[in-house]
Amino acid sequence: MGVDTILTDGIIPAPVRRRPEALLQVEQLSIDIATRDANVRLVDNVSFGIGRGERVALVGESGSGKSVTAQALMRLNSRVKLSGRVNFDGKDLLSLSPSQMAAMRGQRMGMVFQDPMSSLDPLMTIGDQVAETLRIRGISKRNARQRALDVLDELKVERAAERLDSFPHEFSGGMRQRVVLAMALVGEPDLLIADEPTTALDVRVQERVLDLLDEISRRRSLAVLLITHDMGIVAGFADRVMVMYSGRIVEENEATLLFAEPQHPYTRGLLEAVPRADVTVDRLRSIPGAPPVPAARPSGCTFHPRCDRAMAICSSVEPGEAITPSGARVRCHLYGAG
Amino acid sequence: MLQIDHISKSFPAGRGQRTMVLDDIVLNVDEGQSVGLVGESGSGKSTIIRCALGLAQPDSGRVSYSGIDVHRASRFDTLRFRRDVQLVFQDPYASLNPRMTVEELVGEGLLVHKLETTAAGRRARVVEMLRMVGLGEEALARYPRSFSGGQRQRIAIARAVVIRPKLLICDEPVSALDVSVQAQVINLLQDMQAQLGLGILFVAHDLAVVRHLCTTVAVLERGRIVEHGSREQVFDAPQHPYTKALLEAVPIPDPAIGRARRTERQLAT
Ligand SMILES: Nc1ncnc2c1ncn2[C@@H]1O[C@H](COP(=O)(O)OP(=O)(O)OP(=O)(O)O)[C@@H](O)[C@H]1O
Ligand code: SF4
Ligand SMILES: [Mg+2]
Repeated sequence: MGVDTILTDGIIPAPVRRRPEALLQVEQLSIDIATRDANVRLVDNVSFGIGRGERVALVGESGSGKSVTAQALMRLNSRVKLSGRVNFDGKDLLSLSPSQMAAMRGQRMGMVFQDPMSSLDPLMTIGDQVAETLRIRGISKRNARQRALDVLDELKVERAAERLDSFPHEFSGGMRQRVVLAMALVGEPDLLIADEPTTALDVRVQERVLDLLDEISRRRSLAVLLITHDMGIVAGFADRVMVMYSGRIVEENEATLLFAEPQHPYTRGLLEAVPRADVTVDRLRSIPGAPPVPAARPSGCTFHPRCDRAMAICSSVEPGEAITPSGARVRCHLYGAG
Repeated sequence: MLQIDHISKSFPAGRGQRTMVLDDIVLNVDEGQSVGLVGESGSGKSTIIRCALGLAQPDSGRVSYSGIDVHRASRFDTLRFRRDVQLVFQDPYASLNPRMTVEELVGEGLLVHKLETTAAGRRARVVEMLRMVGLGEEALARYPRSFSGGQRQRIAIARAVVIRPKLLICDEPVSALDVSVQAQVINLLQDMQAQLGLGILFVAHDLAVVRHLCTTVAVLERGRIVEHGSREQVFDAPQHPYTKALLEAVPIPDPAIGRARRTERQLAT
């Protein structure tokens, strides 16, 4: 269709654009899991970078591989096999020993999950839990407690000093999520990975938590990888967006450009499928079918059975990466050699 | 058609105290009308549904369906009510009996209400219904577990609509679905409403979905309806501070809007 594109080789992945101050550099990361009958590829050959202080969203539907990717970066799931490279500030994370990796997690990288209760110990006080990573590092009890208090203040937990000695069940859902954020942030990491941190919260509480995250990431130059399925949250928070479909990153661009000029048919479809609270439309455009499961991923472009622009080549050949004039990094034959 | 008339309900809260969960709720759904009820978690949405169905007894007020008092109906009227008013739930996994085939699930209402007495007649109606919701005849002999979440929700809708109810009560019917699939189910509900003249009471926390599907909207805050009006009134000219706060907090998929709002909030504090 005559799109001007910068073509890249369809077989060898294009080199990842290195940003001047790259903090995290993921190259050709694949994640496999051995089930009883077969080896299943959950995430297939993804490459991306995150700059210092940059806020990147990883968006996709259920089962697309977002959480598996996040856990791989933190090496939290020992049941999967990782291949490729994950470079964090000059260190190859995939070759660190478990204890070196544990130190990275406590000090340089923090993570929060959707359900705050899964990260909280119901029998331990808030103060002790927030201070724990510091105590492990050998910081004195007094100093650790002071820093726990500071970070709870930073997260605008009211009467934080009194609440250091309370227990998780005494907190509301939104407050618990702030405590979990405090646990991840107390060690002053350079990167925070937040996996659906507000999905369980009501909209007003969600907005508050995202505002806090926004403020802290700017103040501290904290890089954030925000995982979500909500395009609205992405739009309000991210500098850059990666769209994941069935274990692959199919499009990546600056947030404003991705929303203004989505290139991949899946990205376009997703944006047109979201109802909006600020405008009335007659009918949503839906994408037919449903996302595939990893064990039954379609051949060629995994989106082809659902794509209204699919061509003959799409069902047999996996599209390589191309960069479009709008700056999108996209995997789709519309932008390939065709 | 459905009239929720000044109902209130409270629950015991210990030490002789009671907490008010519903406070003087008034809500009507007319034939062919789509009414949305939005509220945050714990606001009382499910209690309203339970009262509307006659499953919970309000302390005061009454619920009537086409003139029948839902809580004091004769057996005959109750049967009619159970046929005319159908439900679709949030969780398409829990709401379908895993041991029944799609044919049995969708055909059950026809059998129970004696609308089709022959197996062949039922099968024909079930197949017709499956087509309407975008599923083929090959689905008949399959069990729910072999379907995706979106497909199960279609089956649940087919099961509810096959007996031609007058009112469909939907409790968060799309919140468990993926975005791309959610749009399919929303469109299906829209089609059903247009083709069959169904009335819909759509209960959800997602304001965007409610705006899309409902022409009348009520906003519930801690057991009270604080705003009630046409879609345009509620969404474009909200009067109550709570509605305004909710609408300002809904993420909008447009970076310019999201950022402008955040800057505004930061300046305000
Ligand atoms: N331990 C495991 N064993 C087998 N399969 C797994 C395991 N963990 C995840 N998977 C599969 O990997 C795929 C990707 O899962 P993942 O949890 O990363 O998705 P997600 O994008 O985070 O989805 P959601 O939006 O639902 O959180 C899914 O098909 C999931 O079933
Ligand atoms: S590669 Fe083909 S099937 Fe895949 S998104 Fe592009 S046009 Fe559609
Ligand atoms: Mg996940």
